[in-house]
Amino acid sequence: MKNWMFAAALLAGTAGALAQPTAAEGIARYRELLADGNPAELWEAKGEALWTQKRGPKNASLERCDLGKGPGVVKGAFVELPRYFSDTGRVQDMESRLLTCLETLQGFNAAEIAKTPFGRGEQANMDSLVAWIASESRGLKFNLPQAHAEERKMFEIGKRVFFFRGGPYDFSCASCHGEDGKRIRLQDLPNLTKNPGDGVGFAAWPAYRVSNGQLWGMQLRLNDCYRQQRFPFPGYASDATIALGVYMGVNSKGAASIAPSIKR
Amino acid sequence: MMSFKCSGLAIAGITVLLASCASAPSPAELDRLADQMIKSSFRAEGQAQLDRLDQDLAQQACSALTPPSPDVVKQIEAQALASIKWPAGGQYLGDWKEGEKLAQNGRGKTWTDPANAPSGGNCYNCHQISKQEISFGTIGPSLYNYGKTRGVKDPADPSAAPVVQYTWGKIYNAKAYNACSGMPRMGHAGVLTEAQMRDVMALLLDPKSPVNQ
Repeated sequence: MKNWMFAAALLAGTAGALAQPTAAEGIARYRELLADGNPAELWEAKGEALWTQKRGPKNASLERCDLGKGPGVVKGAFVELPRYFSDTGRVQDMESRLLTCLETLQGFNAAEIAKTPFGRGEQANMDSLVAWIASESRGLKFNLPQAHAEERKMFEIGKRVFFFRGGPYDFSCASCHGEDGKRIRLQDLPNLTKNPGDGVGFAAWPAYRVSNGQLWGMQLRLNDCYRQQRFPFPGYASDATIALGVYMGVNSKGAASIAPSIKR
Repeated sequence: MMSFKCSGLAIAGITVLLASCASAPSPAELDRLADQMIKSSFRAEGQAQLDRLDQDLAQQACSALTPPSPDVVKQIEAQALASIKWPAGGQYLGDWKEGEKLAQNGRGKTWTDPANAPSGGNCYNCHQISKQEISFGTIGPSLYNYGKTRGVKDPADPSAAPVVQYTWGKIYNAKAYNACSGMPRMGHAGVLTEAQMRDVMALLLDPKSPVNQ
């Protein structure tokens, strides 16, 4: 933790002293310094414990949860999500699939959890579970299946959601993430209409956010994007967010995952 | 669901299989499904009500995967131009110092902002403006030396009128000059008040503004 505080102080100093072209380098150096001490590890450890813990009205563990590669297979599951699940008849991302498992295996009410504010109650447990599940695919390359017609349909819908302009500012996801080499203030923006590279964009979330000390899953990442787009509130694990996941995930084919990563 | 249908039909014959399984939803059908999905996936929160998902012509045409036709572009730009409300008494410029504060301020219109709080201009998020501020975005063009490079020595002089009026129109409704512009319609959408717009104008056009040094 001490090293971590030191690194944060160092970055704060660096960001102030250096001009804008080096901002990305500063952040890259900052990430390097933190490579051995990403606080996301705390969420990962808790998530790993939650997986085997007997919980919920059915007092059962999640060990038989099928994340797409068979019951209980966690390794490599994250880099193939979202995908089609025949038992629910839906394309699901990591969060929506976990909700299915929490409901069917442990007896929790998935709709209630989806309505719970981020970071509270079972939502806090979701953060830990997504951190651990993602960490079990660290270094693996994204390879979302597109064999099923529903998966291809969700990609096409996700593309349309990505370019959908609305709200008082006329923004869409593409307003910020449709071109190479753009920034908001000093923040680099990945171009999500194609593969932005290893560990960038879709391949970097979940992530530990230094600015607020929280672990953010992709659902919260998308939620805050939409807040800043001045849109209404996207439902947790709603179909539009899953479709966006398919669009970004398929575009990221071949990108190595570094999730959970560390972000400013 | 689709896969069951396909395997069932496979018994009936290869031609039927090809006909039913090869037919993915048409682009128009996908457009409809996407609209439906958007409508069902969001809920109102704070000031961000669901009517923010109701697209006007410009939003709809500029969301399409293919750019709008020249006719639609003309229609959007004509509508946008007609929407511009010119400043009372021909008073285009306010205080550049207030304009700088607005350019720095990225607040407003999100579901976490109080509905009655004034919005900022969000300018630095996308534009370079003054030289002093190094934390600027690059989604829009640099506005550094905006008035100077356009030859505006005295914004009140009639020779400056075309630039001054264009700039007002651009901030009020950017779609008047570029149908699918990425810039918010600051006046038209009620993001900035007339007085706030004057201050932002001064930041860009006042010869004393740091932008024009």
